[in-house]
Amino acid sequence: MAKIIVVTSGKGGVGKTTSSAAIGTGLALKGHKTVIIDFDIGLRNLDLIMGCERRVVYDFVNVINGEANLKQTLIKDKRTDNLFILPASQTRDKDALTKEGVERVLNELAKDFDFILCDSPAGIEAGAMMALYFADEAVVVTNPEVSSVRDSDRILGMLSSKSRRAENGQDAIKEHLLLTRYNPERVEKGEMLSVEDVKEILSIDLLGVIPESQAVLNASNSGQPVILDTDSDAGQAYLDTVERLLGEKVPFRFLTVEKKGLLKRIFGG
Amino acid sequence: MSEQTLELKGSLFPLSVLSCPDLSVAALQQQLSQKLSQAPAFFYQAPIILNLTGCQQTPDFIAIKTLFVELNLVLVGVCGASNEIKQQAQQAGLAALQLGKDSKAVKTVDTTAAENSNATRQTTVVTNNVSVPMDTKIVEQTVRSGQQVYAKGTDLVIKGTVGAGAEVIADGNIHIYGTLRGKAIAGASGDTSKRIFCNNLQAELVSIAGNYWLSESLQGEFWSKAACVKLQDDQLVLADLV
Repeated sequence: MAKIIVVTSGKGGVGKTTSSAAIGTGLALKGHKTVIIDFDIGLRNLDLIMGCERRVVYDFVNVINGEANLKQTLIKDKRTDNLFILPASQTRDKDALTKEGVERVLNELAKDFDFILCDSPAGIEAGAMMALYFADEAVVVTNPEVSSVRDSDRILGMLSSKSRRAENGQDAIKEHLLLTRYNPERVEKGEMLSVEDVKEILSIDLLGVIPESQAVLNASNSGQPVILDTDSDAGQAYLDTVERLLGEKVPFRFLTVEKKGLLKRIFGG
Repeated sequence: MSEQTLELKGSLFPLSVLSCPDLSVAALQQQLSQKLSQAPAFFYQAPIILNLTGCQQTPDFIAIKTLFVELNLVLVGVCGASNEIKQQAQQAGLAALQLGKDSKAVKTVDTTAAENSNATRQTTVVTNNVSVPMDTKIVEQTVRSGQQVYAKGTDLVIKGTVGAGAEVIADGNIHIYGTLRGKAIAGASGDTSKRIFCNNLQAELVSIAGNYWLSESLQGEFWSKAACVKLQDDQLVLADLV
């Protein structure tokens, strides 16, 4: 049985697509057949982050409208086995998605895949609602600042009331908190909310903490999911996150300021 | 010029229900006077409903009304009356009300019950909502930003936290076992006796019967602490929870 996971946040620009690409790649690296669906119809980004923008022929809306089948549309990732991307349409808008259409596509994908990752658009409108409606689990991407935390709280409310599981009275969607752009130095100075602050406000389980890192920007620019950059702190933090998502117990890293060594202090490294 | 519009709205009010086996004017006068002398201020001009459950003979409503005026009470209506007696009451200008379903659950506040030797003839004053009391509304999870919970005509218990931008509203009291970061509005239909209890007060707004405070007024001693909000002389006051 495929697991449908929505990556959502409410607020824009907090790292949903970056996290979708990284987690999807991580799941595939662990041997699970995974597909990432870009739900951001009209603002297609996932293909860029995944570096497959030149290979998009058909898109999600084509499949929903029956203009193409899944086999034609799914893009197989060249770097990672078991990983596929279902790109969004750039020319349409969010209204092109229908509940029946999305359900049909998800059901078809569920026959083949272990994990279906839905990369949600920002906001709380139809597009975002469609991305979360069929989810079994949710990764709520949050930056450690008040507006992002409040928007995440709003989305958590939607997850518990507007999803298929809520409407059918099934078990609630399993909610995970993914804190991105975490900067321990700024937390220490009191310029940023701490992990504990955010956990306390949102009261959901912490799945991962991704440190603010140049590696993330570099990865996005080069169209390569940051999780493949195994030397970087962000890449390692995403790998930990994927392992926790698969139920492993992994200690949290990169939560505190790195002590600078004597040489670094002298030479300002 | 704007036209004046008439408005009719349903509301719930706490009323005192008077039950007495003997509804003769003499018996009522004697027992009520005795009762009132214990707490004259408490029942001063209190609206009263007369419980006529099991009453066979039509009481003299006009005389009872006069008696109530003399005793500084306001007789507003009757409940539990048979159809025939109900008609008589209505002719006397009294409202005929439906008795609450669980009238067994009413609380006797007669402290003299044990001392009264003539137990069968004692007056029992009970306080009860005349309309059917509703179960307290209990919310098991956290109330998230943008969500609204309304407990109509009853108390509201939130087991979790009320997030910033969330609203919890009750006609009764509000109890929050988590942190209150959003808005809490108790006594929404105007009952000034209602209160808000929370384990950690960081509210955007608290309001009781239309009297409200924004978070800036809540800063100070009780901010981020367990607290209780109530109304005293039309002023909101904060107090320790325990």
